[in-house]
Amino acid sequence: MSPRYERPVIVRHALGGADKFGAANAVRPVRDFEGVSIAELVAAHGSPLFLFSERLLRQRVRELRSQLSRRFDDFVVAWSYKTNYLGAICEVMHQEGSWAEVVSGMELDKALGAGVPGARILFNGPAKSAADLEVAFRTGVHVHLDHLDELELAERVAERLGLRPQVGLRVHIGDLPVQQWDRFGFTLDNGSADQAVRRLLRRGVLELTALHCHIGTFVLDPAAYRHEARALARFGRRLEREHGVRIDSLDLGGGFASHNTLHQQYLPGEELTPSLGQYVEQLADGLDEGLEGAPPPRIVLETGRAMVDDAAILVATVLANKRLADGRRGVVLDAGVNILPTAWWYRHDVLPVEEPRGLAEPTVFFGPLCMNIDVVREALMFAPLEAGERVVIGHVGAYNVTQWMQFITLRPNVVLVSERGEHAVIRRAETVATLLQQEEVPPWLRR
Amino acid sequence: MSSDSSRLRQLAVSESGFVFDPLTGHTFTVNAAGLAVLSGLKAGLDVDAIAASLGASFEVEGGEDLRRDVDDFVLRLREHGLVK
Repeated sequence: MSPRYERPVIVRHALGGADKFGAANAVRPVRDFEGVSIAELVAAHGSPLFLFSERLLRQRVRELRSQLSRRFDDFVVAWSYKTNYLGAICEVMHQEGSWAEVVSGMELDKALGAGVPGARILFNGPAKSAADLEVAFRTGVHVHLDHLDELELAERVAERLGLRPQVGLRVHIGDLPVQQWDRFGFTLDNGSADQAVRRLLRRGVLELTALHCHIGTFVLDPAAYRHEARALARFGRRLEREHGVRIDSLDLGGGFASHNTLHQQYLPGEELTPSLGQYVEQLADGLDEGLEGAPPPRIVLETGRAMVDDAAILVATVLANKRLADGRRGVVLDAGVNILPTAWWYRHDVLPVEEPRGLAEPTVFFGPLCMNIDVVREALMFAPLEAGERVVIGHVGAYNVTQWMQFITLRPNVVLVSERGEHAVIRRAETVATLLQQEEVPPWLRR
Repeated sequence: MSSDSSRLRQLAVSESGFVFDPLTGHTFTVNAAGLAVLSGLKAGLDVDAIAASLGASFEVEGGEDLRRDVDDFVLRLREHGLVK
């Protein structure tokens, strides 16, 4: 019997292609998702297709809660809405005991509309309007103030409502082993945070009960949280000594990394990303150092990416193969950066759905957009793929289905797969009608 | 193709698809179809003849454009400096 035909391929051997970890990993095909075949899911819901695992979502939150419970009696896990605010995803998170962490009036409305009590909502973000603050104060939302203008606005709103709401201050801590983010909150090192506290206490319109800090995103060094927790706890204790303020809640923000791999990372995320336990240990040690035996306040975490990123995949279909000018193979997929903006940050895993056969060669995965920037994954050794075959892109649960954009193509179905293998659309694919219902043609242009 | 085939004849090609270019020191791997095309080119066959031999040597599913595949492979050889 004749051997099965595969397109002729030649691959030049490159020095440095292998390292002490060996050559490229053996690639295992991803034939199913949570026990349901990819073929069945695509037949039911189309391609491209976002698939979320309810089991993995719950498992990850439970793991974080378990780790926190080992070190803290009083803690809150809040679901970062901006990471993924699809209603079904939020519902899973809330069922697992998570509060809501929102950063805009829109997200606040979404959380309240979903039935989350105001007392279980944290309101961050740098741009709260008077209307947002009024809703927040009326419903008992925990507002974290970002800058002096917002502090003054919050005072005016509270005075108008005749309320004395409890608020938190967002604090920026310098000298951390992470890329410095200084746009959020009052800087501790230059006295801005102290100035804000004095101002708030002098007016007495608001009651300061919480401190908040968010040190960054995709923080790969857990020691950064030790510095953060220590500095924030010390600041709280100093406020108590100097002003008699009782800080009963320290919100340490988010930023835990998922198992994705940043473009600038050498080692893959599966090997480099710290465990949730490592983050929590550092954070708890820093808190102990900062409190020096004082009674611990409530600890709040708003980690989003590390909860949801690894719980989702994107299924895409090969549209075409082409040869690039430098000899690499280009594969055109039906999923591009308009629905996968995280491709600009990560070297996403791309895996075959069928058993790979044939010689792997350097491959670039493009999306379908008529844009040079539409690169889903660059430089991956990949076996031959024919038009119509499927691939799976891993770790896509965070930010994509909130930051994606309708551009050139339409956004596809998002599906949740339950632990029992049930699958349901949790966000319907767009159609041209979806676009047109937002548009108007002025009367003088109508035919 | 004569000058190309003379350049190709300099290559050391193993039965398993390992290719050594003594002129540059570069090494390559070709798959079975690539090995067949390389052999055809070294023997001086034209693209149509090589495409026909692929069809005879391999189990080919309908729809594959063998001539296009051979043309693409020759382009790759040119990029690697193995044919002119």
